[in-house]
Amino acid sequence: MADEIIVLKDVCYKYEDAARNAVDHVDLTVRRGEMTAVLGRNGSGKSTLVKLINGLILPDSGTVTTDGMDTQDDALVWDIRQRAGMVFQNPDNQLVATVVRDDVAFGLENTGVPSEEMPGRIEQALKAVNMLKYAERAPHLLSGGQKQRVAIAGILAMRPDIMLFDEATAMLDPRGRREVFDTVRQLNREGMTVVWITHFMEEAAQCETVHIMHDGAVVLSGTPQEVFSDRKRLEPWRLDVPPMAALAQRLRAAGVALPEGILSIDDMTREVEALAARL
Amino acid sequence: MLENITLGQYYPIKSPVHALDPRVKILLLIAYITGVFLVPDLTGFIIVLLYLALACRLSRLPFRLLVKSLKPLRMILIFTFILNLFFTGGETPLLNLGFATLTKEGLLNALRYSLRLVFLVLGSSMLTLTTAPVVLTDGLERLLSPLKVIHFPAHEMAMMMTIALRFIPTLLEEADKIMKAQSARGADFESGKLFERAKAMVPLLVPLFVSAFRRAGDLAMAMEARCYHGGEGRTRLNVLKVERRDWIAILITALFIALIVLEPRIVPWHV
Repeated sequence: MADEIIVLKDVCYKYEDAARNAVDHVDLTVRRGEMTAVLGRNGSGKSTLVKLINGLILPDSGTVTTDGMDTQDDALVWDIRQRAGMVFQNPDNQLVATVVRDDVAFGLENTGVPSEEMPGRIEQALKAVNMLKYAERAPHLLSGGQKQRVAIAGILAMRPDIMLFDEATAMLDPRGRREVFDTVRQLNREGMTVVWITHFMEEAAQCETVHIMHDGAVVLSGTPQEVFSDRKRLEPWRLDVPPMAALAQRLRAAGVALPEGILSIDDMTREVEALAARL
Repeated sequence: MLENITLGQYYPIKSPVHALDPRVKILLLIAYITGVFLVPDLTGFIIVLLYLALACRLSRLPFRLLVKSLKPLRMILIFTFILNLFFTGGETPLLNLGFATLTKEGLLNALRYSLRLVFLVLGSSMLTLTTAPVVLTDGLERLLSPLKVIHFPAHEMAMMMTIALRFIPTLLEEADKIMKAQSARGADFESGKLFERAKAMVPLLVPLFVSAFRRAGDLAMAMEARCYHGGEGRTRLNVLKVERRDWIAILITALFIALIVLEPRIVPWHV
């Protein structure tokens, strides 16, 4: 049980005035230390799903248990949010203070961390996202990727066990996207449980588990290799496999002897070089 | 245009005055203003001038910056001077202009009121020039926090100020973007009569407001996700502490007030 850090059981949630459930009878489990991707088109309910995990919204029915705590329990709400930090899509709309250092301190101030303890934790968090040299900058002078990394530091300083990312790279340029994704991958390697909401297949392909959502339901789950192995399986949800997986499939169809499970450019390079060596 | 916006008029250098506790600085300004109002005659302003010169010297501010802060007030200053000059009345005529008479009392009164105004503005600028807006807000919050007993929202006001300061550049950037987008589609913000120009602002203001509300919603969500739940039980990164230099500043200011009060007894002449 301790291994399962997030457990959703038969969860439904409906927004006011909405015709149908935004999240519809979802069962989902995330293991400790895992990097999980949730994929889906706009309006598939993936953002609603993560907001349920840290108690920003409460389920209409079913239960959400985060790190052993039921999100319905009013007394636990601040513990849950401290334990499960969240980074949002728009980098401009989640930084509060006028200086990077003060912004990272925001969560610490809210949770009542003693003042003497703060500078050390802030420095550590900024170092982890490689933003220490910008500590005295104003947020509006940073690039999108840098702002998102500051937002991550702000969460990190609170020492959470889980980090939830709600399309954190959607508004960034390719470089910023890579910066942020690599930072999160590194945190995950150091033991952080990550839930990564995205609509970029390349990012999902690098996670350990992928869940695909459609109309509020989880319709497909598995490792990236399982989920992306066949374009036909994804077609009903109007999603496409990562470009390299698509290319591999077409090459296989054309008679090139490539193995299954190619998802990234690195995979492709490796397999093509192996193939060339055999010729 | 957007890169060089400055918030307030803060002049970011390091100096003993900049380093003073903001709470102390605010209280000293109040003391200084009281002092300026207590000045009994023109000679007293020499003390104010000396005090201000000392502060200016210690703060390492360029003198012209301080003087520049008087510029927006020049019309009011001229008015104050002229009105007092002619409408004070008095017994000792200096000059007869035909339509009005200049009296000695009028001249002294005009000088007194204008100088008082000048020194009030210079003193307040001293505070805003040497204190970053966020630090000032922080100081105000802590000074006002005893009023929480009577439900005065000191923390909430300070938080609002901080967020406003944080979002001014963001919203300016956005306004610039919308303006360019509307101009590209033929909107004209520059020509026409006043009413037409005001009307042309509508397509700029509506999207700006809509986006500001969306931002507010997002920010509220992000703040909640980071455990924000009001001022209760909150700790602070920056702990304010009254240090030796603060006590020195308080001492100098106390001396300044004492000098002003005692000035009529020390100085034999009175103007």
